[in-house]
Amino acid sequence: MDTLDIKRPENIVYRKPALITDNVMHYCPGCSHGTVHKLIAEVIEEMGIQDKTVGISPVGCSVFAYNYIDIDWQEAAHGRAPALATATKRLCPDKYVFTYQGDGDLASIGTAEIIHACSRGENIVVIFINNGIYGMTGGQMAPTTLLGMKTSTTPYGRDAKLNGFPLKITEMLAALDGTAYITRQSVHTAAAARKAKNAIRKGFEYSHLGIGLSFIEIVSTCNSGWKLSPVEANKWMVENMFAKYPLGDIKDTSIAEKK
Amino acid sequence: MAEKILMKGNEAIAVSAIRNGVDGYFGYPITPQSEVMETLMKEKPWETTGMVVLQAESEVSSINMVYGGASCGKKVMTSSSSPGISLMCEGISYIAGSELPCVIVNVMRGGPGLGTIQPSQSDYTQCVKGGGHGDYHCMVLAPASAQDMYDFVDWGFELAFKYRNPVIVLADGIIGQLMEKVELRPVKPRRTEEEILRVAPWATTGKPAGRERNIITSLSLDSTTQENFNKKLLAKYESIKENEVRFSEYMTDDAEYLFVAFGCSSRICEAATDILRQEGIKAGLLRPITLFPFPEKEIARLAGQVKSIMSIELNLGQMVEDVRLAANGRCPVGFYGRQGGIVFTPEEIAGEFKKFNNLK
Repeated sequence: MDTLDIKRPENIVYRKPALITDNVMHYCPGCSHGTVHKLIAEVIEEMGIQDKTVGISPVGCSVFAYNYIDIDWQEAAHGRAPALATATKRLCPDKYVFTYQGDGDLASIGTAEIIHACSRGENIVVIFINNGIYGMTGGQMAPTTLLGMKTSTTPYGRDAKLNGFPLKITEMLAALDGTAYITRQSVHTAAAARKAKNAIRKGFEYSHLGIGLSFIEIVSTCNSGWKLSPVEANKWMVENMFAKYPLGDIKDTSIAEKK
Repeated sequence: MAEKILMKGNEAIAVSAIRNGVDGYFGYPITPQSEVMETLMKEKPWETTGMVVLQAESEVSSINMVYGGASCGKKVMTSSSSPGISLMCEGISYIAGSELPCVIVNVMRGGPGLGTIQPSQSDYTQCVKGGGHGDYHCMVLAPASAQDMYDFVDWGFELAFKYRNPVIVLADGIIGQLMEKVELRPVKPRRTEEEILRVAPWATTGKPAGRERNIITSLSLDSTTQENFNKKLLAKYESIKENEVRFSEYMTDDAEYLFVAFGCSSRICEAATDILRQEGIKAGLLRPITLFPFPEKEIARLAGQVKSIMSIELNLGQMVEDVRLAANGRCPVGFYGRQGGIVFTPEEIAGEFKKFNNLK
C-alpha cells in the first residue's frame, strides 16, 4: 500500500477530529493534554453541539486550549473557571458549558470555586487533568503531588510534615449533593482513552438533564515535569499515580435517583 | 407623572437593575450594601424578566461570574463594599484586559483592612487609578443621591457596552443607606438573543458554522502584541476622556473660590457654599460626576478664574492629587477631609475654608 492508497477515504481508519484546529500544539510529546483535547473535540462533533458549546480554559499548560478546539472559549483567571462556567450556564441554559482545569488550577488556587460550583449543582462539565505537578511554571509541587515525589519545590521529595498530603479532591467532591457524576479516568492506552471518551460524553449529556455537575478527572502524565520519557512516564503513572488515584466511577447519580 | 418611590440608594440599584433589563447579578453579602442583593432576592426577577440573581461564595467568585456572564454578551453586574472590591481587583483587571462590559457598584466604607462599616470615600485611588494589576482604567461614576444610584445603572451599562469596558459606580455608605424619593424611569426589557448578537458579536454564544470561534482572553505572550494591545487601550481611554466627562457646577459663574467634591461630599459642600455666600464670600462648587474620565479641563479653566480651590473628601486626600494636576499651579489647592466614618458638617467645611483662605 503506497502513500496515496493510505490517503484514500475508504482506507482511513483514524483521523484528526474536524473540531481540532490546524494550529501546532505546544504540548510536549507524550503529554496527555493532546489526547484529552481530541476526545472532547470528538464528543462535541459526534453530539453535533459545536454551536451550543462554550469552553472555559484555565491558567496552566492548557491555557491555550482555545487554540486547538474550534468552539467559543473563555480564558479564566487561575482557578476561577467554575465561576465563569456558573454564570455562563445560568445565563445561557441551552448551552453546553465545560471547564478544563489542571490540578494546580482546580485543586489549589481554585478550591473554593470548584467546591461551591459542585455544591450548588451547576449543570456544567468539569474536565480535571491531574498530573501531580505544575507543568507550565516548570514542575513545582501541586496539591496532588505524591509523597516522596520530587519536584522543583520539593527537590528532596514531598514530605508530609513539610508539605502536607496529596489532595484527593475528586473523592471530596463526590460527597457533595450537587454532583451528578464523578469519575476518574486516564488516556494512557487506547482502551483507557475510549473509556475516558465515554465518560466525557456522559458528562456532556448529563449537563443537559438538570441533575447537577459532572466531574471527569483524567490522571495524566507530565513527562517533562516528571523528567521521564513518554513511555517511562506512562509506566510510572500506572505504578504510582493509579495506586493513590484509582481509576473508575466514584459516583453516578442516575436520573431516576435524582427524581 | 412618573412614579416616585421612597427607597434607599442600595434598593434603587436593585430596582433599577430589574427595570433596566439587566441579565444577571452576582454578589456576596457585605455591609453597607447588602440591601442590593436582599432586594433582588425579594423581588424574584427570575420569575418576571428572567434575570439571574446568584449569591456567590466570595467576591472573588462573584466578579468571575460577572466575567463569565459578560463574556456571553449579557448585561451583568455585581455590588460590594471596599474590602470586597479589593478581592475583586484581580477579576476587574481580567475584565478590563479582555475588554468586557459590566457594572460594579462599590458602596465605600472606611479602611484600610476591615476598617469600619461607616461611610467613606477612601477607595478613590483604588477605583479611579486601577486597583488590580496592569495598565487599565475603569470608567468611574460618582452618584450623590438615591436617584443617581437608580440612573447610573443604566448609564453604566450604556458606557460599558459602548467602550467594552468595566464601569464602577463609586458610591459610599451614606448614598447607599439614605432614603430618598426616586423617580422610576420607563422600563427597558432585557435584550433578545438577536440583539445580543448585534451589540456583542464578540460574545461566546456558541460558534455557528461560518464564523470564526470567539475567544475571550487577556493573554498575549508576544511582547509586541501586548504592547499594541496596551496602546489600543490607551486610545480607548483617550476617547473616553474626550467624550464622556460629566460634572455639575454650583455658583461657579462669578466664583472667587472653588470647592471640588464628589458623591455625598458634594451635597455637603453645596450647603457650605450657601453659608459662605450668605456671608458675602463668592464660593462655588464643581462636582465631578465622572471620576474617570476626570473633569480636568473644567477644573483647569476655573483654576484660572478663582483665588483658590479646596478638595473636600471623606479620606486622607486622594482626589486632591488630580485636582492639583488639573489646576497645574494656576492657583493654590487645599484639602480638607474626615475619616473613619465621620462625616463633616457644612459649618465645619465653611470654617476650614475660611482658615485655608485666611478669611474672617
